Amino acid sequence: MLTNEEVRSKVLDIIADIALDDDVTGLKDEVALREQLDLDSMDFLDIVMELKKRHKIEVPQEDYTRLASMQSCVEYLAPKFNA
Amino acid sequence: MSGLAAGIRLAMYNKKVVILEKHTITGGLNSYYSRGKRKFDVGLHALTNFVDPTERGKPFNKLMKQLRIPYDEFKLHPQNYSVIQFPDKKLKFTNDIDFLIEEVKMNFPQEIDGFMSLLAHIKNFNEVDLTNVTVMAKIVVKNFIKNESLIEMIFCPLLIYGSAWENDMDFSQFVVMFKSIFIEGFGRPAGGVRTIIDLLLKRFEECGGELRFKSEVTRIISASEKVSAVEINGSEIIECENILSSMGLPETFSVLDRESSHSPRVGNLSFTESILITDKKPKDLGIEATIIFYNNRPEYLYQKPTTLFDRESAVVCFPNNFTHDEFDEGVLRVTNIANFDLWNEQKQMSSDAYKESKNEVFNQSLQILKNCGLGTADKKFEILFKDIFTPTTIKRYTSHFGGTVYGSIDKSRNGTTHIPGLYICGTDQGFLGIVGSMLSGISMANLHILSRNL
Repeated sequence: MLTNEEVRSKVLDIIADIALDDDVTGLKDEVALREQLDLDSMDFLDIVMELKKRHKIEVPQEDYTRLASMQSCVEYLAPKFNA
Repeated sequence: MSGLAAGIRLAMYNKKVVILEKHTITGGLNSYYSRGKRKFDVGLHALTNFVDPTERGKPFNKLMKQLRIPYDEFKLHPQNYSVIQFPDKKLKFTNDIDFLIEEVKMNFPQEIDGFMSLLAHIKNFNEVDLTNVTVMAKIVVKNFIKNESLIEMIFCPLLIYGSAWENDMDFSQFVVMFKSIFIEGFGRPAGGVRTIIDLLLKRFEECGGELRFKSEVTRIISASEKVSAVEINGSEIIECENILSSMGLPETFSVLDRESSHSPRVGNLSFTESILITDKKPKDLGIEATIIFYNNRPEYLYQKPTTLFDRESAVVCFPNNFTHDEFDEGVLRVTNIANFDLWNEQKQMSSDAYKESKNEVFNQSLQILKNCGLGTADKKFEILFKDIFTPTTIKRYTSHFGGTVYGSIDKSRNGTTHIPGLYICGTDQGFLGIVGSMLSGISMANLHILSRNL
């Protein structure tokens, strides 16, 4: 059973690899990722693909908006990580 | 290069991918070769879309992120400045658009308001929207600028650095080129095009992709209305789900195993190039410019010449004149627009005449260099080595019909063909230059293969 903190850390690993020129250490959980990092729609697609590749987690297209901020990512993904 | 970028994206997400390369080195239209101890870039004069590492959301940054290659590894160095040189006017530009604005203000004061409005229009235009309708760029630009000379001068670098069409281009393409050349600007990776190719190859290998050299695709096989396999070197068959072809549109269609009602046209534009290695560097002879877009007529004729090559216009490139100079010697490159058919005819008829014509290209390059201020009585240099390539050389190494460098007049903007599973990337998908070709490979892999399998 992963804690929310562990889920956050796994998501952060993915984001750090994708936004490779950005510093992700000071990310604010409640603020949209797009506002803090140089991410566009192609990059969000990469987050979805990395989740599938690394953790076998599927995110259907209608749920993409749930990945908007770190907080919503953890809320949405924690049950999937622990399923 | 677009194929490598596409291959990396696919391999990154666990697709089984093989890149088939006809030659013994990769790169396609942007590659390199060696003569003696010297190594030469082909294609690359400069990388467009130069960005400062702190800037965000620019094509080059997007590309690096998608390939997971850190910016620093490209070791990019900006140009000093470039010049558009016409008979009675010169416009200089750098990687800072404000510099060009000042130049326009100084040389065409009556046009500055129009130029600023054009700039605003360009900045607000979404050039990568695949639904944009085709509008000729000169018609649009003439709404903002009246002076014919200024229009010709603005179009000159944009046409010769990427238009498959003669004398004009689609406005979306114009905006791509304008942003990448005038707003973002030129840079060169330390080590030239090899640095980029090596980075891509390394990344492809890390991702587990397979690359086969000396593997020419001789047939694209389809079954039940979809691609099913490729044939290599006329014998081996590899079965596959999807094909991303970076061969060019007419070249791809020529290896289809079925008739097509549509036959893409071969482009008209090819080039000659003289490469001179000299004892002195350009800056020792008073030349600091990185690239000179030379034109000796009032109008700029970007079209297939009726002679072997156009003597009155050229791109003169000085690879020494980026902010980092790794060369021990001077390197001068003079590129002229050329007529493939005439060169091809001549080459087949007489190798002596072909050699003589190459010599003529070389002699004219000396004259053009003189007109650019090099090799005059007080600025003499010794030539240590020279090499001249022609449209037939380009055809031999790239297998592009007609020795074209910017591909077909017909583009597949969304990358699709009439055969499901067969997609086009690279020059004939419509994104140009090195940065454009990599973006093309990435976006076609994303659009047609990765996002469909989610």
